[in-house]
Amino acid sequence: MSENMKHIYLYTRYERFWHWLQMALIMILLVTGFEIHGLYTLFGFERAVDIHNYVGLGWLTAFAFFIFWIFTTGEWKQYIPTTKKLFSVIRYYGYGIFLGEPHPVPKRKEAKHNPLQRLTYLGLAAALLPLQMTTGILYWTYNYWEAWGLDFLSLAIVALIHMALAFSILIFLIIHVYMTTTGHTIFAHVKAMITGWEEVEPTVAIEEWEKAA
Amino acid sequence: MQSKLAQISIVVCILCVGLVLLAYTPLSAKSNAETGRILKPIPDNTTKNWSTADHSKFDALNRDFETGAEVTKACLSCHSEAESQLHDSIHWTWLSPYDDTGDTGKAGYSVNNFCVSANKMNDTDCNKCHIGWDGKNDGINCLACHGQADIKWKDDFNDYEFFKETGEMEIAEEIQQTIRDGVKVISLPTRENCGTCHFNGGGGEAVKHGDLDASLAQPKKTLDVHMGTDGRNFECTRCHTTMEHRISGRVYSTPASAHRKSLVEDDLVPKIMCESCHTSEPHEQGHKANDHTDKVACQSCHIPEFAREHPTMTWWDWSKAGQMKDGKPYMEKGEYGRYTYKSYKGEFKWEKNIVPEYFWYNGSLTTMTIKDTIDPEKPVRVSWPVGSSDDKDSRIFPFKVHRGKQPYDKKHNRLLAALLSSDVDGYWKTYDWESSITRGMKIMGLPYSGELGFVETAYVYPTTHMVAPEEDAVSCRECHARSKSRLANLSGFYMPGRDSFHLLDLGGWGSVIAAMAAVLLHALGRIFKNRIKKEN
Repeated sequence: MSENMKHIYLYTRYERFWHWLQMALIMILLVTGFEIHGLYTLFGFERAVDIHNYVGLGWLTAFAFFIFWIFTTGEWKQYIPTTKKLFSVIRYYGYGIFLGEPHPVPKRKEAKHNPLQRLTYLGLAAALLPLQMTTGILYWTYNYWEAWGLDFLSLAIVALIHMALAFSILIFLIIHVYMTTTGHTIFAHVKAMITGWEEVEPTVAIEEWEKAA
Repeated sequence: MQSKLAQISIVVCILCVGLVLLAYTPLSAKSNAETGRILKPIPDNTTKNWSTADHSKFDALNRDFETGAEVTKACLSCHSEAESQLHDSIHWTWLSPYDDTGDTGKAGYSVNNFCVSANKMNDTDCNKCHIGWDGKNDGINCLACHGQADIKWKDDFNDYEFFKETGEMEIAEEIQQTIRDGVKVISLPTRENCGTCHFNGGGGEAVKHGDLDASLAQPKKTLDVHMGTDGRNFECTRCHTTMEHRISGRVYSTPASAHRKSLVEDDLVPKIMCESCHTSEPHEQGHKANDHTDKVACQSCHIPEFAREHPTMTWWDWSKAGQMKDGKPYMEKGEYGRYTYKSYKGEFKWEKNIVPEYFWYNGSLTTMTIKDTIDPEKPVRVSWPVGSSDDKDSRIFPFKVHRGKQPYDKKHNRLLAALLSSDVDGYWKTYDWESSITRGMKIMGLPYSGELGFVETAYVYPTTHMVAPEEDAVSCRECHARSKSRLANLSGFYMPGRDSFHLLDLGGWGSVIAAMAAVLLHALGRIFKNRIKKEN
């Protein structure tokens, strides 16, 4: 680890705001969701349902802004999946990290996600979260299914998918939070997501394929 | 471009007109006050008498009455159609007007699991609840439903006759005065009138329904928000509306109403349902409860428990009847001061504050007649709700289920209708099943093999009275719960909070734990390697 780390402005104000807002929303949704599922009593069923519905709708609205942002800024390119160096990243987290090896794909302004992150976040933002929102909306609009010609749907199946995705999000959350501790210091990545400034090794050059734009 | 301009100007114009109208609205209300017209508010008339007639002023009633039939004749001198109307009603016929075979009804072949059958009105004790002066034999008794004087009419007429014959004219005249005063106190049927029979069905107070007992004669709002004397003070007829003496309500298998409409949609519906006044979206806008009304009846949440004042009978075991103490019949009282054993009837159980049992219900019940064959291997459903989760007309509805054991023919697999009343030397006098059943079944025109058994049976009552105040309504969690859900017995649909996929939950939590373990191991590995590195 070099002494004179280079500071780069990696996360814009909106991006950081979105990240923490989404975190708060997802936490509330998980807590109220599992209460509704009957795991414990915290707000009481009725309030838990109300909160879950409003926060869910809030999330949906905020997510629309995120989609707008990601396309107007060209940031969507950061999410293009690649297999290049994917396995060296996996090898790093599974093995190299214990030996103090450098990260095979360090962060850069033009390439803030490593191949593993790209794959994970793309999966989340493009599939898992939208599907969770869709099943959530369906769940919420259950009484209109018939009027909308959706009565071929089964509440049980919608509930099953919604629940399975909730578990997936919870598992992502556990790993994601842990991964923030793998920077050059334990809180380095968290700090970067608060201030926007990430400290990186100055020497590593980014390759052409990594560039977002 | 021009059309766009036109559109915009139209919108602007409409907005301006709207604003001007808005501005004038309060002014127009004010101007009424300025002209000095102070209008009295319309008084709340819910507790006032709606009648336009004072029966004490009618000549036809200002005379002596020696028999019930004479009273009826006086009534009919004005109410010319009343008798023929009544003769056409189930309250008189005791036969369902909706069953052309004539089988359904107390006077027909219908059975329950209380006194089982009225043996075509030959079991005389049952006829106490008939609206005639003497069953169907001596004309209608208008006073049964319309008389408001607290008089036992038949006793008074008998007493009057007795004292008149024995020449004790002073006492006779006193009784006659009571009768003369009594016949003039007439009104639409009150809760007490209907309750005379409907609070006391099944052989005693609070036996049958659970949501209909003498506590509803003068109830508090907390017992019934509609009938509460400290509230709206509804009489039964407020909802059970009447046409030509036909009182609306469920009749055996026939639903009280074929549809649920608000009075705004149809103000001539014959039966007032919850929706008639409260609409199908009665809760505040956006409240989830409004989404429930297509699948959950109002009663399910708004009658959290029934029999809240008086305990109701939940079990009647005829197989225990006939036991003697010192060779004599006896009776025993239990917890609520109600009889738990009577030699002539068997064993009873009573319960109070009962959480209803819930079933899918489309307003119709299966009702048995004594002609039906049964399967004695399982509890016989003498009456049972009709409906299912995939039937659009069915909703989840609360019920009282009365269970018990009653006589059946082991050979013919039929329920048995014993003759019970002492007057006709029934079981209550003879304690002899053999003779009372043989005679009872002969009246019904059905064979009895002589092989007597007792079978467990169930009989349901839809719970619809004793609607509690809003704040006492059933909370979400009482149904949407993993364990002890009020709807635990209902299947065939997914219910959030109650249902889950066991495998998914298992796999889900397994994966969460696995992820946490992996993360923990990874972290420990890093810490361990770091130490070694530092030490080196």
